[in-house]
Amino acid sequence: MSGRAKTSIAVALGILGITAFTLLFLELEAQWAIAVLAVATVVALTAFRLTGAAARLGAAGAAHPRGALGIALGMVLVVAAALHESHFALLMLATVALYATACLGLTLQFGHAGIVNFAGAAFFGIGCYTTAVLAAHTPIPHLLVIVLAGMAAALVGSILILPILRTRGHYAALITIAFGILFKTFLEVNDTLGGPQGLKVPAMNLFGWSFNEPIRIGADFEGSFYLNYVFLAVALAAVAYVMVVRLEKSWMGLAFDAVRLDETAAAAFGIDVARWKILAFTLGNLLAGMAGGVYAMMTGFIAPTNFTFGDSLIMVSIVILGGLGNALGVIPAALLLLVLPEKLQMIQEYRFLIYALLVIAVLLFRPQGLLPRRMRTYFVRNAST
Amino acid sequence: MDFGLAGQYVLNGLMLGVIYAMVAVGFTLFFGVLDVIKFSHGDVVMVGAFVALATFLGLQDLGVGSSIALILAVCVTALAATAVLGALIARFLVLPLRGSPPLNTLLITLMLGLALREAVRLFYPNGSNPKPFPALLPTDAWSLGNFTLRADSLILLAMGITAIVGVHMLINRTRMGLAIRAVAQDPETARVMGVNFERVVMFTFALGSALAALAGVTNGLYYNEINFGMGLLLGVIGFSAAVVGGLGNIYGAILGGFLFAALQTIGAIWFAVPAYKDVFAFAAVILLMAWKPTGLIAEKSAERV
Repeated sequence: MSGRAKTSIAVALGILGITAFTLLFLELEAQWAIAVLAVATVVALTAFRLTGAAARLGAAGAAHPRGALGIALGMVLVVAAALHESHFALLMLATVALYATACLGLTLQFGHAGIVNFAGAAFFGIGCYTTAVLAAHTPIPHLLVIVLAGMAAALVGSILILPILRTRGHYAALITIAFGILFKTFLEVNDTLGGPQGLKVPAMNLFGWSFNEPIRIGADFEGSFYLNYVFLAVALAAVAYVMVVRLEKSWMGLAFDAVRLDETAAAAFGIDVARWKILAFTLGNLLAGMAGGVYAMMTGFIAPTNFTFGDSLIMVSIVILGGLGNALGVIPAALLLLVLPEKLQMIQEYRFLIYALLVIAVLLFRPQGLLPRRMRTYFVRNAST
Repeated sequence: MDFGLAGQYVLNGLMLGVIYAMVAVGFTLFFGVLDVIKFSHGDVVMVGAFVALATFLGLQDLGVGSSIALILAVCVTALAATAVLGALIARFLVLPLRGSPPLNTLLITLMLGLALREAVRLFYPNGSNPKPFPALLPTDAWSLGNFTLRADSLILLAMGITAIVGVHMLINRTRMGLAIRAVAQDPETARVMGVNFERVVMFTFALGSALAALAGVTNGLYYNEINFGMGLLLGVIGFSAAVVGGLGNIYGAILGGFLFAALQTIGAIWFAVPAYKDVFAFAAVILLMAWKPTGLIAEKSAERV
């Protein structure tokens, strides 16, 4: 069999396998079925890797990034269409897309420019609260509200820029940790923002099209209203993904890496360290804030308990588990970490313990993550054939 | 504000300061020997408090009545348990990661803290609810106007200060302390001189963790209540105190501990809603870090270029 034919088979199997897995993972309820799915997935992944199909799929994806993105979006569409009646599965799908967006922001800060941010949930929360206030009390169009939510997160983040630029390593980590705790405490004691009871958020309304109405196409297709949010969330995640990947490939990505790997050397080569750190930090917070904005409208209700230090740690776990700095790894990691506890009710109670142990194991035995970040490869358009 | 109330605030602030300083000294010790942050430290404080409580309940069932024997037994078990825990953490989680980026150590211990917290919540009987902590110390009190001086507060204050001074003496006056300082200054040279590096690191972690257990017991005795989540905030405060004071410096940690307590107390007096005290204290910490990026007592070593 020629290399080309093998690659085609690998790609076809990969697309089918990933779609089927996502669909079953979101849809299955019975514990035994989930156990079977887990075993089947491990077997399939091992076979895929051993036969070299995984490498071929990866190379094909790297050689045709636009085609790969189009296929990925098509797969989401298929999954969403297949699940169009089940509210909960669609809610999970949209949540995964929104968390992935926020974690892509963290990847930019943390994996590329090397700024540790332990307040991811706080910036997500700023987006949520901005949306809640603006959507309820002003006539600003809702799509603009989401953008403003992102900008609010970036703006609040800019307060931290000076201390972050002046400090390094552990000292810098303290600043975001302190901010995360400060933010949650502030929300809990602040009565104008609802205090511990939280706030209600109006539903998304796009030019008169309310997102909380079910979707109807013709006479016999009626989809859950969560479909609207799935499309919006996936669109946001796709834009964020493209942005992060393009940034990484560009000369700006090289500057980020230089700043992370050695500030002194980067400065010696004429790279303005402060400028790149500010850019990465602001862009990352913008993404987290926008994701938070959509999340607030989707759930319709937000409270300070959604934005604890533990939630920030879950975001950091997603970024590390996926492979630090690898934008693609964020997506499976978010899917696993967010959906798994919902699926296995018996571990629901133990989920934080299990995450913690999982991340410890990953750090000890596979510090590069599930999908390690690869070296940039320029000019390899035809390498896969 | 009258004099008595002000005195009360100062006393409460001192009490908090001693607890924070004990936690912060641990952070600074670990940073000194290995240049790492062990973020699970706050949860070790919590584990210490729970071990103390479990020991107390066990002894009570056995019918031990004497309160001096009780408090000694409780402290010794709690200190020993966390010392072993600290040494194990050093051996199996911190030392294996020596070659990887410092961030990984911070993360692995953060996650360990989460695991400890969850383990106590899930596996300690009825662990998700706050637990009353027994009052083991005499509860005599002397009042003067608005000012109340309680005997147990005085004892706890004295105990905490003695412990910190003891650790300081141990580091500066004993042979083991000399080895710790040698490792802190230059691990390679210390090894060449015949210092058993791993043993010194594990001893330091055991020492810092035992101090954390004492902080946990003090916290429990002072507030008469412990819960599984108390370690998170205590850990962050201890870390803030150590960083604001300057990592690796024991005086810095003590200064930072009392400074944080002072900030919280000022915040509580200043705002109409006392709950803003943490918001105020952490905002002040962020400002302090912007002003003095490596802490009030800066690290002595020059930056390697």
